[in-house]
Amino acid sequence: MPYSVRPILDEVNGHEKAANGADLSHLPGGRGLPKAPTGIRGLDEITLGGLPQGRPTLVCGGPGSGKTLLALTFLVNGVLLFDEPGVLMTFEENEEEIASDVASLGFDLPELIKAQKLAVDYVRVERSEIEETGEYDLEGLFVRLEHAIRTVGARRVVLDTIESLFAGLKNDAILRSELRRLFRWLKDQGVTALITGERGDGALTRQGLEEYVSDAVILLDHRVHDQVSTRRLRVVKYRGSHHGTNEYPFLINADGISVLPVSSMALQHEAPMERVSSGVAHLDVMLSGQGYYRGSTVLVSGAAGTGKTSLAAHFIDAACRRGERCLCFLFEESPQQLLRNMRSIGIDLAPWVASGLLQFHADRPSRYGLETHLVSMHQVVADFRPAVTVIDPVTNLMTVGTYADVQAMLTRLIDHLKTANITAMLTSLMPGQGEIERTEATITSLMDTWIRLANDHVGDRHRRGLYVLKSRGMAHSNELCEFVLTDHGLNLLDAAAAAHWTPGAVDGGSLTERSRDAVV
Amino acid sequence: MQLSENDPTVLSPAEPTYSLRLYVAGQTPKSVLAFTNLKRICEQHLLGRSEIEIIDLLVNPQLARGDQILAVPTLVRRLPEPIKKIIGDLSNTERVLVGLDLRVRE
Repeated sequence: MPYSVRPILDEVNGHEKAANGADLSHLPGGRGLPKAPTGIRGLDEITLGGLPQGRPTLVCGGPGSGKTLLALTFLVNGVLLFDEPGVLMTFEENEEEIASDVASLGFDLPELIKAQKLAVDYVRVERSEIEETGEYDLEGLFVRLEHAIRTVGARRVVLDTIESLFAGLKNDAILRSELRRLFRWLKDQGVTALITGERGDGALTRQGLEEYVSDAVILLDHRVHDQVSTRRLRVVKYRGSHHGTNEYPFLINADGISVLPVSSMALQHEAPMERVSSGVAHLDVMLSGQGYYRGSTVLVSGAAGTGKTSLAAHFIDAACRRGERCLCFLFEESPQQLLRNMRSIGIDLAPWVASGLLQFHADRPSRYGLETHLVSMHQVVADFRPAVTVIDPVTNLMTVGTYADVQAMLTRLIDHLKTANITAMLTSLMPGQGEIERTEATITSLMDTWIRLANDHVGDRHRRGLYVLKSRGMAHSNELCEFVLTDHGLNLLDAAAAAHWTPGAVDGGSLTERSRDAVV
Repeated sequence: MQLSENDPTVLSPAEPTYSLRLYVAGQTPKSVLAFTNLKRICEQHLLGRSEIEIIDLLVNPQLARGDQILAVPTLVRRLPEPIKKIIGDLSNTERVLVGLDLRVRE
C-alpha cells in the first residue's frame, strides 16, 4: 500500500508546488513515512505530503474553528482526487445537516453516498434515554464502523466529534479504555483516520484525546485581533516526519479550506534574464533600454496624484498586449473607477478584461486581517496563474496591520510571486514627510526596482517627475525625468528637459534625496 | 407508572406486553451474563408477559444503526413506547427495573 500511493503523492506534490510556489521537499526526512494527501492547498506542503497513512490524526480546535470542514474535505478529496473511499461517523450532526453544511462548497455528499464511495453513520447518544447497569463495552460502535468501512471499502475514516460520547455515557473508565482500543483498532484496519476534538482548558482537547491519538496532532485556531479575525493552523506533532512548525494562516471560503505555508524557507528563486517592457518606451530606455526583469518586483511610490496608477496601467496594458495574463489587486478604487480613469488618459483596459487576460480583485483592506488577505491573494494567484500582478496601492494594507506584520506578509507574498516567476508591480502611497521613511523602509528592501514619482510646482506650473531610485542588476538612468499625463498616456519628456529640473517646492517626496546610492 | 408499595412489579392483566431486544456481539461472557440476567428478571417481574429477541451484531451488523446501538450488551424496550435503552450486563436488577419503567427512580 505505501508504495502504490507514491506516484499519486508525487503528482499531488508536483501540482501543489506549481500552484503555490512553495516547496518544502528540501527538508530532510519528509518522504520517509507513507502519507495520505489531504488535497487541501498548503496543508500537504506543511505536512510534507499529507496525514500519516494508516494512522489516526487528531484535529482539535474551538467551536467554529473549521474542524469538521477540514475533516470532510479530507474525506471528499479522498474520494474525488485519490480514489480512496471514506467513512464519516458523526456524533453531533445527522447526515442531512452535514450534507447541507458542505453543499455550499460544492460537496455533494448524497451523490457520493449513492455511488458507494462514502458512508455516513450518525451516532446519537442521549444520556437521558439510557440506563447503565454493569459491565459493557463499545463493540456496537466497532461493529458499525467496521460495517461502514466494509460497505464502501474505505481507506479513510473521520470521527466527528467522538468526545460527544463523554456527554452521553456515564462510565468514563470504560469509555477511555474503549477509545484506546478503538484507535488501536483503526490502526489495525490500516485506515487513515481523522479524529476531531474540542479544544479544552489548558489541554488540546477536553477529554485529553491527544493521549490516545499520538501520531499527528493538528491545532486549529480562530483569533480576533483589533476586530479582525484570522484563522490559524499549526501541526503540533507529527511522529516520524518533519513538518512545518509555525502557525499558518488559513482561509475558509467558497472554495473550501486553503492553508498558506511560509514559502520563504530558502532563497532559491530563479533569476531570469528575460526583460519585460514597462509599457512606457522612455522608461524602458531609462532601465538600460529594456524594462524590468521578468519575475522581479517593482515599487512605484509617490504622493497622491503623482501618477502611480497610470504607470501601473501602462504596465498592465503592455503585459496584455504581449498576451500575458495579468492580475490586479485593488485596495482603493473599484475596477470600474480604474477603467474609467485610465480611459481618460487613453489607456483602455476594458478589452483585456473582456478577453479574460486581465482580472481585477477589489477588496476593502479592513475586510479581514493581513494573513487572510495574503491567503486569498495566494489563492487567486494560484487559480489565475498570471504572468504579471499589480497591487494598487499596497500601502492601504498597512492600515490593517503593524509595520512588522506588513513586512512579514509582503515578504511572503513577494517570495511567492518570485518563485512563480511573476513580475509584480506594487504602488505605494506616501502620505506625508514624516511617514515616508518608515513606510518605505518596511518594503523597499524587498524590491528589485524602485521608481519614485514626485510633484512640484515652479511658478504656476505643476510638474510631474519620475526617477529610478534603484534597479538591481542593471545600469539604469539616474536622471529625474519630467513627464506629463496626456490623453494618450504617460509621456516622458526628453532627457534634456529633465536635466533642467531644479528642485522646487516638493510635495510628497524629497527629490534631493536622489543623491543617495541608487544601485542597491 | 406508579405501582403498589407491596409488590411494585406485579402487572395487572391490562398491562401491555413487553417487547424487548437484546443486542450482543458474539457469545462473550458479558452477553451470556446479560441474557441470563434478563431471563431471570422477565420471569420474576414480567410474569412471562415479554418477548425477547436476541440480535447478534456480528451476524447482523447493519441492525446496529437502526436502534442507535453503541454499547453492548444493550437491552432495548421497543414496546410499550417510548423506547428505552439499558446498557451493560444487567447485573443490577434494581436499575434494570428502573430502566424498564417498572420501578420509579428514587
